[in-house]
Order: sequence, then C-alpha cells, then structure tokens
Amino acid sequence: MSTASTTRRAGGRTPARRGKLLGENPLGLLFSAPYLVFVVLVFAFPLCFAVWMSFQDYFFAAPGAQVDRPFVGLENYRQVLADPAVWRAFGNVGVFLIINVPLTVALSLVLATALDGATRFRTFLRVSYYVPYVTASVAVVGVWLFLFNGNGLVSQLLGPLAPDPAWLINSTWAMPMIALFVTWKQLGFYILLYLAALQNVPKELYESASTDGAGKVRQFFSVTMPGVRPATVLVVLLATVTGANLFTEPYLLTGGGGPNGASASPVLLMYQRGIEQGSPDVAAAIGVILVVLVLILAWLQRRFVGGEER
Amino acid sequence: MRRRMIVIGAAVAASAVVLSGCSSGGGGGSAEGRGDITIWYSNNEQEIAWGEQMVEAWNAEHPDEQIKAQEIPAGSSSEEVIGAAITAGNAPCLVFNTAPVAVPQFQKQGGLVSLSSFEDGASYIEERSGETAQQYLSEDGEYYQIPWKSNPVMIFYNKAMFEEAGLDPENPPLATYDEFLETSRTLVESGAAPYAIYPAPTSEFFQNWFDFYPLYAAETGGSQLIEDGASTFIGEEGEAVASFWRTLYEEGLAGQEQYQGDSFADGQAAMSIVGPWAISVYGESVDWGVAPVPTSEGVSPEETYTFSDAKNIALYSACENQATAWDVLKFATSEEQDGMLLELTGQMPLREDLTTAFADYFEANPAYEVFGEQASRTVEVPNVPNAVAIWQKMRDEWSQAVIFGEKDVTAALEDAATEIDTLANQP
Repeated sequence: MSTASTTRRAGGRTPARRGKLLGENPLGLLFSAPYLVFVVLVFAFPLCFAVWMSFQDYFFAAPGAQVDRPFVGLENYRQVLADPAVWRAFGNVGVFLIINVPLTVALSLVLATALDGATRFRTFLRVSYYVPYVTASVAVVGVWLFLFNGNGLVSQLLGPLAPDPAWLINSTWAMPMIALFVTWKQLGFYILLYLAALQNVPKELYESASTDGAGKVRQFFSVTMPGVRPATVLVVLLATVTGANLFTEPYLLTGGGGPNGASASPVLLMYQRGIEQGSPDVAAAIGVILVVLVLILAWLQRRFVGGEER
Repeated sequence: MRRRMIVIGAAVAASAVVLSGCSSGGGGGSAEGRGDITIWYSNNEQEIAWGEQMVEAWNAEHPDEQIKAQEIPAGSSSEEVIGAAITAGNAPCLVFNTAPVAVPQFQKQGGLVSLSSFEDGASYIEERSGETAQQYLSEDGEYYQIPWKSNPVMIFYNKAMFEEAGLDPENPPLATYDEFLETSRTLVESGAAPYAIYPAPTSEFFQNWFDFYPLYAAETGGSQLIEDGASTFIGEEGEAVASFWRTLYEEGLAGQEQYQGDSFADGQAAMSIVGPWAISVYGESVDWGVAPVPTSEGVSPEETYTFSDAKNIALYSACENQATAWDVLKFATSEEQDGMLLELTGQMPLREDLTTAFADYFEANPAYEVFGEQASRTVEVPNVPNAVAIWQKMRDEWSQAVIFGEKDVTAALEDAATEIDTLANQP
C-alpha cells in the first residue's frame, strides 16, 4: 500500500499537488463524503447548535418573525441547576444505570455463553431473546402494565408480599422496574454481540484450561470473560449511552415520570421543557449537561472495564 | 493537511448554506391576499365529516379561492405538530383544532395572525360568542384565536351501577362534596364498582383539566386559575377542591394507577368527568346519566360553572391569502355551519345564542340539552405566557400531594402558586 503511494507520488507534479490538497487517496474522500455529511448534519451540527442554544434566551420562531433571542450567558444552566426536578431526574437515571448496566452485562454474557453451548432449540432460544428487542416499546409496555399493576399477575402471585402502592406507582420501585424492563427488552441485542464475540475466543484455550483441570465455572471466569472483554466494553458503553437517553419507558410505563417525578429522566424533562413548554434553551442546557456526564462516565468505563485494551 | 481541512470545511459550509436556503421558504402572507388556502382539521370521524362538508360547501361557491383540507398530521399531540409547522414555515392558513393553552406560545413564536387586525375581527368574535370571548383575549388585548366549540365537562354516571349499589339512578346525591363522597363510598363498598371515579392519575400537564379545574370553576363561580397575572387558587375554595380529591384517593375511591383503556366503558369506574362527546361514545354501551360537577355546599345546576375544554380556530402567519382565510373562518363559524357542527359532532359551538339558535336540535336531542345549557357557564384555561409550564407545575404538585399524599395539600398549593405567579409574569 505504502509502496504504491510512493510510486504514484514520484510519478509527476500534478498528482503530487492533488495529493497535497485532497490527501493520498482522493477517491477515498469521495467515498467517505456521504457519511461525513451525515455525521456533520445529523450529529455535529445539532450538537453545536444545542450548545449555542443553551447560552441564548432561545425559542423556536416562525421564519421571518421579528423575535428577540439574546445571549444570556449561563442563565439557562443556573435555572437548570436550581431546579430540584432536574437533580431528581439525574439521580433517577443514575439509579437506572446502576441497576441496568451491570445486569445487562451479567445476564447477556451468561445467556450468550449458555446459548453458545446449547445444541437443542438454539435458534428458537435466540429468536426468543431477540423478539422483545425488535418489538415496539409501546406494545410491550401494555404487557408490563398488565403484569405489574395493583391487580396484575405479579402482584396477585405475590399476594401480601407485593409492594403497596403497586410497583409502578411506588416511588421506591418505579425506577428499578423501568431498569428491569429496559434490561429485559434490550437483552437480545447484547446477547447477539456476545455471541459474535464468543466465536473469536480460541477453542484451544478451553482445551488447555480443561487439561489444567479447570471446570466450567473456572473456564467462564478465566477464559470466556477475558476473551470477550472488548465486547464487554462495547456493551457497557452502549448500555450506558442508551440508558442515559431513557425516555419512552418513563413516558409510557409510569405515565410521564410518575409517581410524582420518581421515574422522570433528563430526556423526559428535555421533552417537557423543550417541546411542550417551548423552552428549548433550558432543554438544551439539560442536554449539554447530560452529554458531558455521559462522556465522563464513558471515559471512566473505558478506563476501568477496558483493562489492557486501553 | 490544513488545506484539506479547509476544503472539507468549505464543502460543509456550502451544503449548510444550501440546506438553510431550503428551510427558510416560509415567509408571511398579506392581510389582503386572496386565493387558494390550506386548512387542517381534527382527525376524529365526526369532525372529518363536518370538515369535508364545510369545504365542499365553500369550494362550490368560490372557484377562485379553493380550500385544500387535510387532517392534522400525526404526532404525539396536535400542539407539537403545529409548533413544528410554525417553525418550519409551512403551517396551514387555518387549524380547526387550536388548543387555547398553546395560543400564547404560538403567538410568541410569531406564528399567529391577530384576528383583531381585520376590520370586523373583534366585533365578529364578540358578537358570536358574547362575554365568553373575553377569556380568549391575549395579553395585548387582541384576539389570536376565534372561540369555536366547547366540550363543557360534567359528571357522567353508570345508572346500572348506581342501582346495584342501592342509589337512585335518576336523581343520585352528587351535588355537594359530602354527598359525592358518601355516594362514592356506597358504590365501592357495595361492590357495584371497583372505583367511584377514575380520572387519569398520570403526570401530563393537561390532566388537571379533568379533575381539579372543573370543580374549581364550579366552587368559585367561574374563576380562572390565574387572573390579573396572579394565581387565584390559594384560599378556601382551592383547598376545598384539593381536599375533596385527596379524600377520594386516600379512601381508594379513585384509582392511583394509570388505566389502560377507558375505565368508565370497561366498568372499572361508576363515574367519569366528560364532555358531550361522551354521549355518542357511551350512548349504546352504557346506560348513563349526567350531573353537574359537585361543589362543597351544592350549587344549583343553573349556576354551576365548569371547564370548557374548548378547541378554537387560529389563522397562521405563514398563510399567503389571509383575506380568504378570514372569510373562510367566518363561513365556518356561521350559524349554518355551527348548526352542522352540533349535528355532526355533538360539540357545542361557542355561540352566545347556542340554545335559542338551535332550539330545534336540542328539542330533538334532549340528551345534549344539559350540555348546551352548561356551555354558557364555562371557564377556559388562562391565556397567559408559559401556560403549559404553569399547568405542568400545578400537575406536579397535585400529583405529589393529592394523588399520592406525599405532601401537605395546603403546602403543595402554596408552592404551586409561588412558581405559577413567577411563570405567569415571565415573557
């Protein structure tokens, strides 16, 4: 590859100049352009716009309308940080992540390992785990409401052991229930990631471990887990990022972040403030804080879960 | 490398310019403009039927000023869709489903045309709706919406359940809070109904319109949540309403969990707070009766106020042919079209002369008569800035104190009032 480039560069003046302007492989730029444009338009521009918006007294206006949207410095951030509902929402999503992320990693890895070793009903089981992931939340939420309301199946089975008030209107249980719901719903996707990663763990390692006298459990901890570490980093990151963006479940499962804000998430508040209440500036400030926190969390996870992958 | 970045940057900037050029095609129209217009109407079956016949009638008479009509595009709420359309500059000329609570926001966005700017604008609205029109005036003293139709809410009850509980189904005791609570206890304790009443206990900003607000309107004889820039609900009346609902929740007479479906139709609740639309919805399946919302001491039905649950029509600034739009607006709210609206949808045109202008209709449809009478005593959500944020604050405090009993009711109302007063006075 490098030889070819060198040869071409030595070939004449025009390609050399073009090489300087458009890089060594101008065609590559053309091929990557659609994705670059996509990233700029769908991610970079909105993100920069949101950051800008969070420093203005901003609201959406009709094109051509004479409106005053002055720079207000950190006023939106001050307003957001002085709002107990915002702190509570971040706290809620923290509880969510503490339950959801470890549970997702543990369950999906264990189930993927079991599935990898299964010989009968393999396809059936894979499909079974994947179905909740591809089913719309709106539809699945109905089933959970049926299971977990006061007269629902689970409460009836538990009898006096069921919490009062019922699961989804209980300020202690609402967020853990959402975390469980999301873990269950997303599990199929993460199992697939782990299944793919498991194919890359050399079988010889298991044979060697077995020769050294390691049982199934020892093999899991000493061979499988280190073997799929890159996948674990990915699963942890994805679960954190999607979890931090939690919206549909508090919106539908607990009727708008209920009971009384116990399951409200930052993104639900962004929707309420930005779309319903016409204050996209305040919503943008919440969004920027969320992005910063997620980046810090992701960096920490990469540092601690990534191990030698760093 | 640096040059390459410049090239890429230039390409991105160029595409941004092209795209922003695409999106700024909105622009406003002129008050004298005449020609074809676009309108949106609600997506329920009855209103579509009304909309279609109205458009057909207009188009037949105005070949040069045709209406192109469609249902409001799907979205999580009409207000979000309209708000997005205003921002994009492609809102239609008229939307026949503009929620009064959203009007201050649309107005702030520069999305609405003042109807008072038409020569006969204010006079037409006031002649048609009478004193009720005042509730729809914006803070600058102009009309940005025409009060179109209301759905005054009342208590619907299931006669069979009342009978089963040993209550008089024709004249049940529901006028005072004490009567209402006693009736509710009888209904639940007798096993006739799992719950006496089941307003949605969820946290959306508008839910207080169907529990707190109708009873507050009745208790105060027609006060709005906010008057002259200050909240009105601190005091005996507001507290009486909140304590009444707290008792219902505390005693398990009202449901705290969101119900999947229609609790009244499914026999989960013996009563419901609904507008006249309920007649066609429950007419066949439930043997229903109707009563005014209760008050602490009991007020005669002829003096009881309630929440209007109105939907209005607004003219949007992206409209090019605003003169035509104004004429269509008047045509659609003429006595003839209001009569068609009443007949096809059962919703009450916001006309001062409602019961006399359509006396024949009410005679032929006595079920609607009581709603027709109630329509003259309705209270609208206050037309103030930050209206949605105000109602969300109210709902959050209500949810905490009244539905879940985690806060003192008086303290919750006071906290809500403090924040609402601030919000109502912010631009």
